[in-house]
Amino acid sequence: MAIRSFFVPFLLLVLWFYSSLSPVLSLYEDQVGLMDWHQQYIGKVKQAVFSTQKTGRRRVIVSTEENVIASLDLRHGEIFWRHLLGSNDVIDGIDIGLGKYVITLSSGGSILRSWNLPDGQMVWESFLQGPKHSKSLLLLPKHEIDCINVVQTNLKIEKDNVIVVFSNDRLHAVSCIDGEVLWKKDFETESFETQQVIQPPGSDLIYVVGFAASSQFEMYQINARNGELLKHESAIFSSGFLRELSLVSSETVVALDSTGSILLTISFQNGEISFQQTPISNIVEDSSGPAVIIPSSVPGIFAIKINSVTIFIRVIGKGKLEVVEKLNQETAVSNALPISESQQAFALVQHAGSEIHLVAKLAHDWDANLLKESIKMDQQRGIPHKVFINNYIRTDRSHGFRLLIVMEDHSLLLLQQGAIVWSREDGLASIIDVTASELPVERDGVSVAKVEHNLFEWLKGHMLKLKGTLMLASPEDVAAIQSMRLKSSEKSKMARDHNGFRKLLIVLTRAGKLFALHTGDGHIVWSHLLHKSEACQSPVGLNLYQWQVPHHHALDENPSVLVISRCGPSSDAPGVLSFVDTYTGKELNSLSLDHAVVQVIPLPHTDSTEQRLHLLIDSDKHAHLYPKTSEALGIFKREFSNIYWYSVEDHNSIIKGHALKCKCTGEVADEFCFDARDLWSVVFPSESEKITATVTRKLNEMVHTQAKVMADQDVMYKYISRNLLFVATVAPKGSGEIGSVTPEESWLVAYLIDIVTGRILYRVTHHGAQGPVHAVFSENWVVYHFFNLRAHRYEMSVIEIYDQSRADNKDVWKLVLGKHNLTSRISLFSRPEVITKSQSYFFTHSVKAIAVTSTAKGITSKQLLIGTIGDQVLALDKRFLDPRRSVNPTQAEKEEGIIPLTDSLPIIPQSYVTHALRVEGLRGIITVPAKLESTTLVFAHGVDLFFTQLAPSRTYDSLTEDFSYALLLITIVALVAAIFVTWRLSERKELQDKWR
Amino acid sequence: MEKGKGVMGSGQRWAVDFSDNSTAPSSRDILDPLGFTRASVDQDDSTVSRQKKDAESNWKAQKAWEVAQAPFKNLLMMGFMMWMAGNTVHLFSIGITFSALWQPISALQGVGKVFEPYKDSKVELLGPKLLFIALNLGGLALGVWKLNTLGLLPTHASDWVSSLPPAQEVEYSGGGIPI
Repeated sequence: MAIRSFFVPFLLLVLWFYSSLSPVLSLYEDQVGLMDWHQQYIGKVKQAVFSTQKTGRRRVIVSTEENVIASLDLRHGEIFWRHLLGSNDVIDGIDIGLGKYVITLSSGGSILRSWNLPDGQMVWESFLQGPKHSKSLLLLPKHEIDCINVVQTNLKIEKDNVIVVFSNDRLHAVSCIDGEVLWKKDFETESFETQQVIQPPGSDLIYVVGFAASSQFEMYQINARNGELLKHESAIFSSGFLRELSLVSSETVVALDSTGSILLTISFQNGEISFQQTPISNIVEDSSGPAVIIPSSVPGIFAIKINSVTIFIRVIGKGKLEVVEKLNQETAVSNALPISESQQAFALVQHAGSEIHLVAKLAHDWDANLLKESIKMDQQRGIPHKVFINNYIRTDRSHGFRLLIVMEDHSLLLLQQGAIVWSREDGLASIIDVTASELPVERDGVSVAKVEHNLFEWLKGHMLKLKGTLMLASPEDVAAIQSMRLKSSEKSKMARDHNGFRKLLIVLTRAGKLFALHTGDGHIVWSHLLHKSEACQSPVGLNLYQWQVPHHHALDENPSVLVISRCGPSSDAPGVLSFVDTYTGKELNSLSLDHAVVQVIPLPHTDSTEQRLHLLIDSDKHAHLYPKTSEALGIFKREFSNIYWYSVEDHNSIIKGHALKCKCTGEVADEFCFDARDLWSVVFPSESEKITATVTRKLNEMVHTQAKVMADQDVMYKYISRNLLFVATVAPKGSGEIGSVTPEESWLVAYLIDIVTGRILYRVTHHGAQGPVHAVFSENWVVYHFFNLRAHRYEMSVIEIYDQSRADNKDVWKLVLGKHNLTSRISLFSRPEVITKSQSYFFTHSVKAIAVTSTAKGITSKQLLIGTIGDQVLALDKRFLDPRRSVNPTQAEKEEGIIPLTDSLPIIPQSYVTHALRVEGLRGIITVPAKLESTTLVFAHGVDLFFTQLAPSRTYDSLTEDFSYALLLITIVALVAAIFVTWRLSERKELQDKWR
Repeated sequence: MEKGKGVMGSGQRWAVDFSDNSTAPSSRDILDPLGFTRASVDQDDSTVSRQKKDAESNWKAQKAWEVAQAPFKNLLMMGFMMWMAGNTVHLFSIGITFSALWQPISALQGVGKVFEPYKDSKVELLGPKLLFIALNLGGLALGVWKLNTLGLLPTHASDWVSSLPPAQEVEYSGGGIPI
């Protein structure tokens, strides 16, 4: 103990010495990809347009829910190019113009852009503004999307191709070549909601149809050449409409009445509107419940959905309807694809158990199938959600079809000739939670067999390596060595390694699918779609928790994670718990709860099988204990009086603390349910403060020591508490965008609150500051990032909190003999005396996420990981955010590693963790400690995924990757040879001496 | 000598020893020649040898004091080196400090051996020995003092608390913004 303790300063000094020699962590060009991997995704496809011209490569243009426009290779599914639009610039529609431009309409229909198809360069951009009275439309984004349509026309107006856009209550005709608005047309009718813009083929007319009020059908006929209004008709249907239309021909639409029980066929031939009513019960016998129209554009046919049954109905002649097929399985319908002058084809995809059935039909002939195939489909992909059809001409002049389908788990697959040509796991573009799990321990028989294919390969590999180390390798050899290093089977092995670098990252995506990613190379080890049960048809995945992490006892059990999901979108919908084995991806158990889950509190206690106790709070503020075993209850009862919880009500700016009271009173006697009582509350004045960010320490963070040693051997005791909450509030006026308020009207208040007692330990106000606030809490410090309106710059502040009540523990003899109470358990109800130190710095970037490195024992110094606006991750040493920095540090302080104070934090280009890569749409950064103390694993996710290893204080506990083993070996061999030679020489000399 | 034996091996028949044993008669274990009595020779030489011995013991005592004072020079030398080395921890200062610690310790271990040549029934060795020990202890103290100035001695509270784990808290609270 003593030896260790007085070597610590020495060691630290050596560390400091090393780190000050090379303050940046950077890597060499040939190290890229050795420890890091990067995967690119696009998200769930909303719309797809094929471009299969004879010239050029075949590709498909897609727009996704992650706001990406991408061009994918039809052969392999790779990304040719990709653009991520901002989150306030949602894509409404895409199309291809003139065969060489990709046209996108975004941002609520106000931005129209054209991109060059081969390389994705933007060609032009035009802003489409609407009349003033439609301003209210902008406030309802969902509503807007309904009324926006892009219609691609082949009209020639003065040899110019025209794009017709309806947006912001105005019809625009835009030139495809340069984006110039050729004409625009406003509609005078009050509260007119456009549903469809129709351009009958071969005519110069445009029909705009929609509803006004709730029961009036409106039709405008417009000359496509100049935007002149030719005709305006309206008709009233007394029982009103549901806001959905299906187009069955260029002059007929189908709608539903407001009860969803009567089908209305509306025809507006020659500008005359006529209704035909058909009650659904007349054509479908056992129909019950309201129907919904599935949007499609197949001529002559439309589809409705009643409960989960899809019904296809054909329109024959004058408003006569006929059911052609009823499908009980989940079905997706594609849009119509013209395959010849008069024929249009469309596709249906049905889900049936482990297979999906693909059918392609001609629109006018239901009974003939152009294509009928069944394809085996991984059940973990769920049901098909969307299908897009494309055709090609086979060598025998017949039509072949390829289908692009989007599955329930957001994956994208291309099917052709009865097989899956390629698939993309685009669900990984929308990760909502991540946790890490260990890999299985390597046992005999599980192992290494497949490492080297044969002896020759092995020998060749080692010869190459030898050549490399002796610098004899040619450029090709160097490339071969590099690819060998990158593909090393060692890093993707399915077993634990000594240093703890190989782990599984368990991620939960928005589609409700769990993936296990191997940290070695990022491949998917298993995936699991959350099951639907009888009780819950559409579980929404919310959070992931570590349920069982066996390491001491119960080593033969597999670790498992707990997935909390909710049965429906509302916050008081009942919760569902799923327990998933992390080695195999099998769902061990699934519980449908009879209460909602509003908060999940993992407790710091585990039972004998190392299952962690969790407290689930429902919407009535009852606490439910899981697992529901008597052992868990026993452990919980022992700690009953020491368990508290708090809730943040950010809409009315209150933080409340609660304690557990007694067993639930009421309906059923449930031993595992507890009532709570309110203990304290912190009410922020709602007219001046609004909660914008709350951060606590990570539950699994390790802290090595409670003392901070200064240069002059003085000690400061850190105030290390798990029960500390950082809260940032801003002025309600200043909660909008940056620049929307003056500095006088905006402020930011930072609090440190003890969440057991509700005591406010520290409070600081930043005048003229504005959110958004990003913060990270670790050990005894908080770092937060905000905007300073006065300085017009972003700022980062640090608060460090120290325990003053321990400061007089300075008697060496007491400490030597262990007669101190520094490590005994403390109660938070004893009065704390804390002092805080804080400092602020300017920071150039705005920030998307902040995280901090975490290591196994917490000895290694920390780095902040900052997700910048450029979608990169920057590693910034915590030493730059040290409140003890001063302009002229003394010699002793310099020795301690204190950097002279500067006004802004330096951004060193080499300290970008993501080096040359970008994690598009960066949302979160997660750090996981490796077993090796110096190293931490970093996982950044957004639309892309990125993983790497970091050593904040360099790898002081292992030899680096570029350590020259060859030199060591050569030295040893040379030494042995020298010993041998000199021994022989001395022998000989001795013999000669004897004979003399 | 050794080699000769080695060549002869175990089949030794006879050997002539050419070494001169006259100066150290007492170590012989063979019989004295006839008519020679060792005791009478010693008695005859006694007066001469007594004077000789007195001179020798004086010389020895003088020498012993000299040896005992030798570490003092060393001490001054060490002090100078330490002053040169400075107060920062680096290879040179650590080397100096550890040699300053090691020299007195090894010297103290070999106190008996150092004064071996001057051991005599008539020479009082306690004084020189004490001086020698004291001077070496002084050197040791100097080394320890240097170690302390380098900050390598656990004399501060910081040395004892730097690896203390944080105290556990009795209460536990969790929660946050509703999910």
